[in-house]
Amino acid sequence: MAVASISVSETPLVLYTLRRADDALILGHRLSECCGHAPMLEEDMALANMGLDLLGQARELYSYAAKVEGKGNDEDKLAYLRDVRQYRNLLLLEQPNGDFAHTMVRQFFYSAFADLYWRAMMKSSDPTLAAIAAKSEKESAYHLRHSSEWIVRLGDGTEQSHARAQAAIDHLWAFTGEMFEADASERGLIDAGISIDPASLRPQWLKTVADVVNEATLALPQSDWMQQGGRDGRHSEHLGHLLSELQSMQRTFPGATW
Amino acid sequence: MPKNAGTGKWRKLPNRIEGTVMATPNTPLWEVFIRSRNGLAHKHVGSLHASDATMALQNARDLYTRRGEGLSIWVVPSNAITASDPAEKGMMFEPAESKIYRHPTFYEVPDEVGHM
Amino acid sequence: MYTQALNTSDADDRHIEDAARAAAFQARIDAEERIEPNDWMPAAYRKTLTRQISQHAHSEIVGMLPEGNWITRAPSLRRKAALLAKVQDECGHGLYLYAAAETLGASREELVDLMLSGKAKYSSIFNYPTLTWADIGVIGWLVDGAAIMNQIPLCRCSYGPYARAMIRVCKEESFHQRQGYEIMVTLARGTEEQKAMAQDALNRWWWPVLMMFGPPDQASQHSDTSTRWKIKRFSNDELRQKFVDATVPQAQYLGLTIPDPGMKQNEAGHWEYSAIDWDEFKQVLAGNGPCNRDRMAARRKAHDEGAWVREAAEAYAEKRRHRQVAQAAE
Repeated sequence: MAVASISVSETPLVLYTLRRADDALILGHRLSECCGHAPMLEEDMALANMGLDLLGQARELYSYAAKVEGKGNDEDKLAYLRDVRQYRNLLLLEQPNGDFAHTMVRQFFYSAFADLYWRAMMKSSDPTLAAIAAKSEKESAYHLRHSSEWIVRLGDGTEQSHARAQAAIDHLWAFTGEMFEADASERGLIDAGISIDPASLRPQWLKTVADVVNEATLALPQSDWMQQGGRDGRHSEHLGHLLSELQSMQRTFPGATW
Repeated sequence: MPKNAGTGKWRKLPNRIEGTVMATPNTPLWEVFIRSRNGLAHKHVGSLHASDATMALQNARDLYTRRGEGLSIWVVPSNAITASDPAEKGMMFEPAESKIYRHPTFYEVPDEVGHM
Repeated sequence: MYTQALNTSDADDRHIEDAARAAAFQARIDAEERIEPNDWMPAAYRKTLTRQISQHAHSEIVGMLPEGNWITRAPSLRRKAALLAKVQDECGHGLYLYAAAETLGASREELVDLMLSGKAKYSSIFNYPTLTWADIGVIGWLVDGAAIMNQIPLCRCSYGPYARAMIRVCKEESFHQRQGYEIMVTLARGTEEQKAMAQDALNRWWWPVLMMFGPPDQASQHSDTSTRWKIKRFSNDELRQKFVDATVPQAQYLGLTIPDPGMKQNEAGHWEYSAIDWDEFKQVLAGNGPCNRDRMAARRKAHDEGAWVREAAEAYAEKRRHRQVAQAAE
């Protein structure tokens, strides 16, 4: 790698914003990998639309993080010049697309959370985050709608689709706990009304998810053991590969403008 | 599931490509109508494939309103539309053409009266 | 769109083509009337259009692949969003075009099957690889530029659904070429490495882009009837010349050299280009381009791996219909 990673002064608000920006970018990137390869052309359109929504969210969040940090970084430096340990996205979102059931279950678990999260964040005392939340909430609500419809169709479709959907739920379930966690650096933001306590969203999330999963004739795993680490930069092996692709141009051609 | 389910009386047309085998089953076809602004009627914009009405609506949203073209979408199964036959165009539409007295320009009003 | 489901009762006698009907049809074309799906049309007109529109649709869909190759590596978030939106647009254009082709009586499924089985063609240009980011610029600038040159006259094509699809496509595509040229301008103003990358991409794509307009006029088999039917308004060579004349000053602005040392401007102001290697064109069309096999494999893989998803959606719809019937009966 020709270019060294940047260093970021991670005040609580910078770190908080970066974590959400990384969520949006990594999931958006995963969806963008599907472009041209979806199970049907109509779904190609849908996946790209969701990907574009998430890329848009990522750009706004990175720009805000850069502004708050005030060290001359920008959206591209934050996205392209941080290494895997500096990325703070949820582990769920870096999981590979797998089959369409995995892609949709990942989308469903996250969108069911993001819809509640952004709606709550519209009341953030930070006006920029509140404005980003207002835009993102509508996007997430549609992502939830779309992915829910697919969960129901896959679960209550054919024997094969049912089995694949169940396998995806079983596989991805352990990554859902991380969405509801807040560490010490976020506690202060919650107390200041800048952030909301994600744990408070879990009952409603569980209800939304369970309702759809029931309608789909699928079942949620009994296990409540959850994977952790994404928020601290301890990722699965998948993220490094994703980043080496995402960042290849910026790393190969130092300082060039594209 | 029966081939062409949902497309109603789909039938082989004489000019279908010869010698092709129907390997992939057909998904029902839907016509899409979009209201671009409040105050305007829904307008036909095209068609698409979807397995059911809910997916048709979502597909229409993703395909036909990517640039803010719409405020409201209707989707209608293509086979629910009954159309007039172009071969009967004469019988259907030409009789109206001679009724010129239905149009304001047929009547003469003196210029002095002004706009009416 | 329409013909699949409507007015099929008299379909069986439609193919009885008598000379009077054919003459009336030609008269309508000559009077610049649009032909609509349920109108009588000669079998050959239907066949020609089905082939042309579906090939056009296949090209949009296969055309997603070379550019899609760079979505995950786009060098900035702005470029990434624009490229994803552009490639998605191409999918949308494929869908508009399949819908237009379906109005002629073929189903999208069977048209796609023809493509996947290798019987139907798509544009030769998409069988070349995208090796560097500059290729994304050149594709937007030249490939989309050539496509727009070809598509604008199609907005006035005699067949209504095709013309309407083209109007929508052209409207949406206006950003594609600008997107590509903007990438080229950025490269041209960049480092020596970036300039070299831009020149290399132009060198590799120039001749394949000229081939996009199809064989020279004296060798084109479909042109005569297509012109008579007003499916085609300009000949291959006319459009190619128009494209070259428009492109040369754009390349000059970028400080790039068109890889044709013999090129010169004639007295009428047109840029005369050297002979095109039509053997290469034939080879690529025959399946021997650098990426033919990869492109087909990618489309087949998406189709095959998507089968269980499509089946699930159909099965669910069927179950729901049964449940609704059962509920209504209670």
